[in-house]
Amino acid sequence: MTIAALAFYLFAITTIAGGLFTVISRNPVHSVLWLILAFLSSAGLFVLLGAEFVAMLLIIVYVGAVAVLFLFVVMMLDVDFAELKAEMAKYMPLALLIGVILLMQLGMAFGAWTEADQAQALRGAVTPTETHNTAALGALIYDRYFLIFQLAGLILLVAMIGAIVLTLRHRQDVKRQDIFEQLYRDPAKAMELKDVKPGQGL
Amino acid sequence: MLQADLTIILPEIILSIYAMLALVAAVYTGKDKAAPMLVWITSALFVVLAVWIGMNGEGSTEAFGGMFIEDAFSRFGKVTILLSAAAVLVMSQDYMHRRGLLRFEYPLLVALAVVGMMVMVSSGDLMTLYMGLELQSLSLYVIASLRRESAKSTEAGLKYFVLGALSSGLLLYGASLVYGFSGTTLFAGIIEAAQGDYLPLGMLFGLVFMASGFAFKVSAVPFHMWTPDVYEGAPTPITAFFATAPKVAAMGLFARVMHDAFGGMVGDWQQIVALLAVLSMFLGAIAAIGQRDIKRLMAYSSIAHMGYALMGLAAGTAFGVQAMLVYMAIYVTMNIGTFAFILSMEKDGQPVTSIDSLNLLARAEPGKALAMLVLLFSLAGVPPLVGFFGKFYVLRAAYDAGLVWLAVAGVVASVIGAFYYLRIVYFMYFGEESEGLDGGKSAMLSGFLMASAAIMLIGIVNLFGIETPAAMAAAQLVN
Repeated sequence: MTIAALAFYLFAITTIAGGLFTVISRNPVHSVLWLILAFLSSAGLFVLLGAEFVAMLLIIVYVGAVAVLFLFVVMMLDVDFAELKAEMAKYMPLALLIGVILLMQLGMAFGAWTEADQAQALRGAVTPTETHNTAALGALIYDRYFLIFQLAGLILLVAMIGAIVLTLRHRQDVKRQDIFEQLYRDPAKAMELKDVKPGQGL
Repeated sequence: MLQADLTIILPEIILSIYAMLALVAAVYTGKDKAAPMLVWITSALFVVLAVWIGMNGEGSTEAFGGMFIEDAFSRFGKVTILLSAAAVLVMSQDYMHRRGLLRFEYPLLVALAVVGMMVMVSSGDLMTLYMGLELQSLSLYVIASLRRESAKSTEAGLKYFVLGALSSGLLLYGASLVYGFSGTTLFAGIIEAAQGDYLPLGMLFGLVFMASGFAFKVSAVPFHMWTPDVYEGAPTPITAFFATAPKVAAMGLFARVMHDAFGGMVGDWQQIVALLAVLSMFLGAIAAIGQRDIKRLMAYSSIAHMGYALMGLAAGTAFGVQAMLVYMAIYVTMNIGTFAFILSMEKDGQPVTSIDSLNLLARAEPGKALAMLVLLFSLAGVPPLVGFFGKFYVLRAAYDAGLVWLAVAGVVASVIGAFYYLRIVYFMYFGEESEGLDGGKSAMLSGFLMASAAIMLIGIVNLFGIETPAAMAAAQLVN
């Protein structure tokens, strides 16, 4: 067994184990930690494929940002996961049945899998050769798939507008800081001394 | 090369830049106070773009290496989408304003949704298709739950979002199988790969998954479950929007993919589409009978109408596509009029959606009742109104393509469906004495109602000449 094959099996088994424990862990925080392990080992798989840019992206974006965000959400939201799981258990038999049927159908599709004669050539045709894969990705995303890239940007804009429209509330009774008012305040008028005579109120 | 490509997608670029600039401008100036003005500007821009696209376009061109197709079919779709969106926006302004729903984001989200729809009908690649679809869907999810303090509206938005995400998943899974088989995401490449009698199971799986995803978006049975709840929960003007432009876009996309990408395997998808059509027609006709809420009723009505439009597509011929386009244009016009009527239904300033409230409307407001009668007859497909010609077209397309059973089923379903449309007419003219509606004297809504009813009557002369562009569109799509 070569080193590459050994590394592949190591990463593959870790990815699958990480995914499995993400689903079956009782504690949601543990689930997120297992998820991070799955991300890291799939980054290893990408390196083995020669896609080092995607591998780094996976670590920086998914492990660095997304998973940490998940961790915070899980810790801050007061969701009773035990109750959710009990609810899920009710539908489990039906879900399993549908899952098995789908799996059998997909097995059929996979068993009879063939592809068109020119598929392999067509698949390779779009990829720029003789350049490292960061440059190749750049050439594809910003040139050939420019339209799709821009449309993806519009979708993110809609997502942002949507999040603001649906959650932002302008409260009337909130006291906000007004810096100019603070700066131009006259020290002489800031405080007023009153001489209160004993036995009398103001 | 890039400049030529950008010229082709200029309408989409203009609309997106407008939406972004208007967003920034509104945030820094009046916020929601600018909303009424933005509604007018947005709909004016829609109309201008519709006229421009309708007048200017010629022939068939491709941009970005075939990922974006500009042809007669996409132009027909875009003009229908833009005009109906403009009409719905203008109609909705007063209703939304009085109920404090007119946020400045509303017209801009509609504009972005329209950009998505325009991309959908011109897509020439699986990836462009998906981007357009998601841009449209995401905007629609947001505006469905615009009335965020109402549990029904947020439920509608959430339900739409979850089921929409499921359908996107199905669609993407199908797309990945199709890509796996053909090695390319371009429709032009897929149609070359998917020719001939022998097609492997994987490709058929991809086709079925993609068709299911589209059926979700056009709300065809058995993927229709979200429609009544979303239509009922969303604010009425937004329901009107859901029932018009997105349906045209999804139908256009369905036809585009079936003919442009899977044109070599018509026999394979014909049976799927025919089944979707027959199920939708019957479920739409039968389930609507029990509905007392006019918005739910219109939801089932739109399911049934999608069934008829799919019947045109099921024919698998150029005439079938032409019939589908004509049907969709007529459907949209009828729905705009009907929703103008529903928007004007109110009592003591509150919107009413129960059909019992229409009792003896003909005595109080004879003009409105008469216009609604014309529209309902047209929706039911009673000759000689325009709605009948729409049905006649798709039935003939199915008959010509040898799907006689489908045409017969269509006639039977239309007879069943006529019952609930005619029941509303019965309520309006011969109903029981009860507390009727008041208010709702908006000149704008009455104008749309009357205009739509008038089109149903005058259109019988020559359908306003939409047959020729529809035929050209169909000829360019199917070849």
